[in-house]
Amino acid sequence: MSRVRVLVGTKKGAFILTADGKRQKWEVSGPHFGGWEMYHLKGSPVDPNRIYASQTSGWFGQVISRSDDGGKTWTTPGSSPEELKTPEGWPKGESNKFVYDTSAETGAPLTTHQWYDGTQHPWEFKRVWHLEPSLNDQDTIYAGVEDAALFRSSDGGKSWQELASLRGHGTGPKWTPGAGGMGLHTIVFDPTNPKRIYVAISAAGNFRTDDGGKTWKAINKGLKSPYLPEMTPDVGFCVHRIAIHPTRPDVVYMQLHQGGGIYRSDNAGDEWQEVNGNLPTDFGFPIDVHAHEPTTIYAVPMDPMLRVPPEGKLRVYRSTAGGNEWEPLTRGLPQENCFINVLRDAMAVDTLDDCGIYFGTTGGQVYCSPDGGDNWQAIVRDLPGVLSVEVQSLK
Amino acid sequence: MVRVVIPFHLRTLAKITGDIELDIEGPVTQRSVLDALEARYPMLCGTIRDHVTKKRRAFLRLYACEQDLSNEDPDSPLPDAVTSGAEPYLIIGAIAGG
Repeated sequence: MSRVRVLVGTKKGAFILTADGKRQKWEVSGPHFGGWEMYHLKGSPVDPNRIYASQTSGWFGQVISRSDDGGKTWTTPGSSPEELKTPEGWPKGESNKFVYDTSAETGAPLTTHQWYDGTQHPWEFKRVWHLEPSLNDQDTIYAGVEDAALFRSSDGGKSWQELASLRGHGTGPKWTPGAGGMGLHTIVFDPTNPKRIYVAISAAGNFRTDDGGKTWKAINKGLKSPYLPEMTPDVGFCVHRIAIHPTRPDVVYMQLHQGGGIYRSDNAGDEWQEVNGNLPTDFGFPIDVHAHEPTTIYAVPMDPMLRVPPEGKLRVYRSTAGGNEWEPLTRGLPQENCFINVLRDAMAVDTLDDCGIYFGTTGGQVYCSPDGGDNWQAIVRDLPGVLSVEVQSLK
Repeated sequence: MVRVVIPFHLRTLAKITGDIELDIEGPVTQRSVLDALEARYPMLCGTIRDHVTKKRRAFLRLYACEQDLSNEDPDSPLPDAVTSGAEPYLIIGAIAGG
């Protein structure tokens, strides 16, 4: 019997929601890491019981935690007495050590980016926004951080090294923070090409490597933003989220900031076309793809000025044509007096035969549709504001 | 023996309850106490001081004997009452709401 495990990061801890394949009756575990801002949790595709978590705090900074038993217990990698006793001498307490690589040897001595007043400002690590475990190795994981950079751990999160050529590829000095900071928030692997990785940064744009991270290029051609003085700059876009379907990795979907909206690229990001179609607004944060239908995508449009559902009606929009033609999905969702938001990392899909769609809100609800979006139910209603949602499909 | 009191969330992170007792070799200073604390509980590295610069995190304060030592020289000797264990060395989180 299949099961699902939903990993929910909130502003005051993490919660784990589990159910069988029917996804009707749920068990709620948590809070884990109570009181910490849980930006993201994600399980390894290789070993689903291996889960990585990013916990942050204005007081205590960044902590990386790891579970090897499906979220029942957690450790900070490299800090247990057993690990510290090993003769090899594991890195001690360095699982939260994210230091920008400014060495000339790695080709990225870049140390500044554009600041709000137009001057150059030093890169300063603040937190890990997103964790993306490798598709092939449970000990390898990538971290997208603020100020924007990409880090990788090859030892299960005990130590981290920057893939510095992303910051150093040439456009870095033009990157600038939006009001929410300058974070690398999306990491997407091409499952058919282990050397290809997409990343997205606010407010810089989309970038792609085709050689495993040695070199990168900006892939923002065709995007538009009324917030930029140039019509078609290389970088400066406040991309909110990108997503692919594993069987069609060259087709990339994007939710861009208002003035842009939903975009699709059919050539791995080299060129983008706007596919807002009949959506009620062009603003939103998450975008995701049905597990079994590569052209079926989901978005949650928000009022661009208020960042709440238009008319107080919470509607997920589905397109089965890869954009342009959208239908609102409302059954089971509040259709009056709803003024929450859905953040960029707070939507996920499972891979059961009837694909389940999940999203969490800033009001603390986590919704599930076990039938591809036709019907929705709230799994929980009163969690702290939800920052991230991931789902694991378990045998 | 030096007694150290750390905030609730760091006790949870370190999986401990109550005060911490540390035996310090050599001069008892803020630096040597924090070094010993991090050596025993490596998961606290980076949560009190920056990994690289070793500067105190902005929203933590360091007190002892009703004195704010937050901005004092980390290599200055701590008061005798702290060295003897009569008074604790306090690591305090800044107040905040929400």
